[in-house]
Amino acid sequence: MAIEVRVPTILREYTGGAKIVSAEGATLQSAFDNLEANYPGIGGRLLDDSGLRRFVNVYLNDEDVRFLDGLNTVIADQDTITILPAVAGG
Amino acid sequence: MRFDSLLASVGHTPLVGLPRLSPSPDVRLWAKLEDRNPTGSVKDRAALAMILQAEAEGRLAPGCTLLEPTSGNTGISLAMVAKQRGYKLICVMPENTSAERTQLLTMWGATIITSPAAGGSNEAVRVAKGLAAQNPDWVMLYQYGNAANAQAHYDSTGPELLADLPEITHFVAGLGTTGTLMGVGRYFRDNKPDVQIVAAEPRYGELVYGLRNLDEGFIPELYDASLLSSRFSVGPLDALKRTRELLEVEGIFAGISTGAILHAALGVARKAMQAGESADIAFIVCDGGWKYLSTGAYEGTLEEAEERIEGQLWA
Repeated sequence: MAIEVRVPTILREYTGGAKIVSAEGATLQSAFDNLEANYPGIGGRLLDDSGLRRFVNVYLNDEDVRFLDGLNTVIADQDTITILPAVAGG
Repeated sequence: MRFDSLLASVGHTPLVGLPRLSPSPDVRLWAKLEDRNPTGSVKDRAALAMILQAEAEGRLAPGCTLLEPTSGNTGISLAMVAKQRGYKLICVMPENTSAERTQLLTMWGATIITSPAAGGSNEAVRVAKGLAAQNPDWVMLYQYGNAANAQAHYDSTGPELLADLPEITHFVAGLGTTGTLMGVGRYFRDNKPDVQIVAAEPRYGELVYGLRNLDEGFIPELYDASLLSSRFSVGPLDALKRTRELLEVEGIFAGISTGAILHAALGVARKAMQAGESADIAFIVCDGGWKYLSTGAYEGTLEEAEERIEGQLWA
């Protein structure tokens, strides 16, 4: 089960510059575990002890996972995860 | 409709049905035409409320200088209100915004200080905070953290929606300062709590997310996630596609951020159809398309338009 993960510029130092990587897992948590296994260090930039870091936004097929089931959100084959830093609009 | 002055006419905008974009007679879309405000955007509501609130608190005296970080619309609204009430305005604006915004701001008498494109509005906020610290006599109303911004929507946008559409089930708006969503969200929580509050957040090109590190991220002080039901990130291609669709199918000429909001609203409508539920979905038309003509968003293929707005703050 492969999903596509879009990595923001600021985290590409961990992915060898790759903008899109693939990950495996049945939930967001397991996909992040899989990312960390393949790209050591990236996990700590995404998560802290309380879960998703404050300024990290994660979208499953464009929907903010904080309004789904957070790290327990179930993911399916062909899903896309987009990681973005929180920035100002307006 | 008669008003005592231009400022008194802020708000009271039409809510129009979209019979052709609505998927069925039971799942209907409604557009709140905020471009019908005096300077042509939803920001007139917040700008007027923030200035009136500051006056009431005794923070403003005639001749005062206001300072505000803004990607455009808030600045234009503040400039109009400031001119009417005798204040000067300095806007800190990212350099990657449309030419029309600069022209309009200048016309209404504002001074513009540009902030670097990389980092988008984050940079504008940072630069403005620095200037505010150096110039203690300037008043920064600070739309991202000013309670009067959200309160304007609690007091006007929310009640207008409920009066015009008592059967409303969903409200969809853009997430920038979060003022519209927080104010309307709080109004419905207090008055019709089953209404779903849906945020559409523009996803810009990479340049805008070019932070040096993740700790420099920004969440507006006004933001309260508990008021939202869901939040969608909408990229430029979907936003442009829907902006054109709105014009083509319903005749409404809107700015690009409205396309992003419509995209989220159509997603909500699709889910209601799939669930076999009825829905009355109201969404915000933030502004007209006029200010974005120079971006090339309305010409050529969608892909060409996407390329042209890459790196710009289009919402």
